Amino acid sequence: MAVDKETVKRIAFLSRLKIEDDKIEATQAEFNKILQWIEQLNEVTTEGVEPLVSVNDGNITCREDIVTTGNHSKEILANAPQAAYGYFTVPKVIE
Amino acid sequence: MTELTKLTVSETLEGLKNKKFSAIEVTQSYIKSMEANRHLNAYVLETPEIALNQAKESDKRYADGTNKPLDGIPMGIKDLFCTKGIRTTACSHILDNFIPQYESTVTQNLLNAGISILGKLNMDEFAMGGSNETSFYGPAINPYKANNSDTDLVAGGSSGGSAAAVSADICAAATGTDTGGSIRQPSALCGVTGIKPTYGRCSRYGIIAFASSLDQAGPIAKSVKDCALLLNVMAGYDNKDSTSANISVPDFTQFIGKDIKGLKIGIPAEYRPDGLNAEISKLWDNGIAMLKARGAEIVNISLPHTKYALAAYYIIAPAEASSNLARYDGVRYGLRVEGNGLDEMYINTRSEGFGKEVKRRIMIGTYVLSAGYYDAYYLKAQKVRRLIRNDFIEAFKKCDMILTPTSPTPAFPIGDKSMQENPINMYLNDVFTVSVNLAGLPGMSIPMGFSEHGLPLGLQLIGQAFDESRIFQVAATLEQDANFRGK
Repeated sequence: MAVDKETVKRIAFLSRLKIEDDKIEATQAEFNKILQWIEQLNEVTTEGVEPLVSVNDGNITCREDIVTTGNHSKEILANAPQAAYGYFTVPKVIE
Repeated sequence: MTELTKLTVSETLEGLKNKKFSAIEVTQSYIKSMEANRHLNAYVLETPEIALNQAKESDKRYADGTNKPLDGIPMGIKDLFCTKGIRTTACSHILDNFIPQYESTVTQNLLNAGISILGKLNMDEFAMGGSNETSFYGPAINPYKANNSDTDLVAGGSSGGSAAAVSADICAAATGTDTGGSIRQPSALCGVTGIKPTYGRCSRYGIIAFASSLDQAGPIAKSVKDCALLLNVMAGYDNKDSTSANISVPDFTQFIGKDIKGLKIGIPAEYRPDGLNAEISKLWDNGIAMLKARGAEIVNISLPHTKYALAAYYIIAPAEASSNLARYDGVRYGLRVEGNGLDEMYINTRSEGFGKEVKRRIMIGTYVLSAGYYDAYYLKAQKVRRLIRNDFIEAFKKCDMILTPTSPTPAFPIGDKSMQENPINMYLNDVFTVSVNLAGLPGMSIPMGFSEHGLPLGLQLIGQAFDESRIFQVAATLEQDANFRGK
């Protein structure tokens, strides 16, 4: 499945990445080279094979759903590029 | 005193216990070495004052007899581990000046055991790379050069700074992480020893996430015993990581020196493809002969889906990465590049903050997870992942452990054209290591010899899940028999 230029632009936007217009062709070519390479998986018969999501064999347990920590807003905001009144700030999103 | 940096962790601990030297003296030696080796670009942040303060505390504990298992051992920490109050960037521009407000569990375990932190070690950006060349801070440089050559070689990746620093005696040992080979491959290229434990053995809490179902922390050190001493401390159940395994951690050092008579060592046919580097092939044969001479039984095995491991990995790892790296949006931490509105701020931040390889993988990951392609790529890769794991399950019915090469080549020059032009050529460096991550198994690289050009080469032992003990047992015999003499 080769991707076209429009798909490259769409994927870039979904990834929230900018590709300069003069780089789109090169990105598309590289993308298709990688996709072509990973498509060798089509040689493998996988009918009836259960997808492997996790290698943990039943050793995952849920901890009790209780509050174990809190009151860390100062630490949470310590690395914020912009913060005010105890909140992260972002560009205005509602007109 | 400079000779202190030549000692292994276990030798250093011996000397500290016997008061032959102090933790301060050890740390000062490493700080001098750090200053003398800046050209290797192994550290992206040096923290000598922190190390000296920690060493001072270690000396107090040695004085009053309350010393801990790794007291006074100066370590380098891969820049992927969050270290409280110490800048942590994953060697990415997007995490400029990020100061973690908490400590990763693995580094906390090490600190509780008395180590001192010399600084943060170079790595590929977000651990994505096989040569440390994708680091925002430039590549770490391999302490080895080919005979009669002055060309700088890669340290391997992604834990290139860790392997280079251990190899050049700029730390007693280092932490690494391994998603597709990132502990084992640089260890092989720099002539040091590194183990990626079973998935779930070490907590991932506080380790900046790349591909969460594959990432695992482990030690890189100068000897098999040092790795055992470190893993003893690094491993263990942690309720802050739901995938960490609630399985007891044995004292791995107990397995060093035990004989390996009767152990069955599997040799997978698929790891010797046509065109395998002749030196690597010979190294492997030597390793097989050593184990045989020790009374191990050599068993031919097959891992039929090996050739599909890299392709499956380059769907699964980017898919998980694209999701994990969605958090870098200029809002909560790191870089922020303003724009006209929220979306443009996200786009500007991410476009400036991420490097080329990271962007490539985010986009591949986004594509394989996108509507209409999910089944064809992501689901397919997960099915192939199961087949790869099943191969190992079958193989381990016939053998106790598997011996393979670690890396298909010795260290290569920085800026290698074929790898820069075609990313797939770079991905091929992980051809022998990546299956182990997909299957969640432990794997260790042991330095075994040199190429004809004088570059280190390593072999890999692959064990069954949570059977690191016997890896240490077999690795120790290989180490002894190979008698590798590094820098």
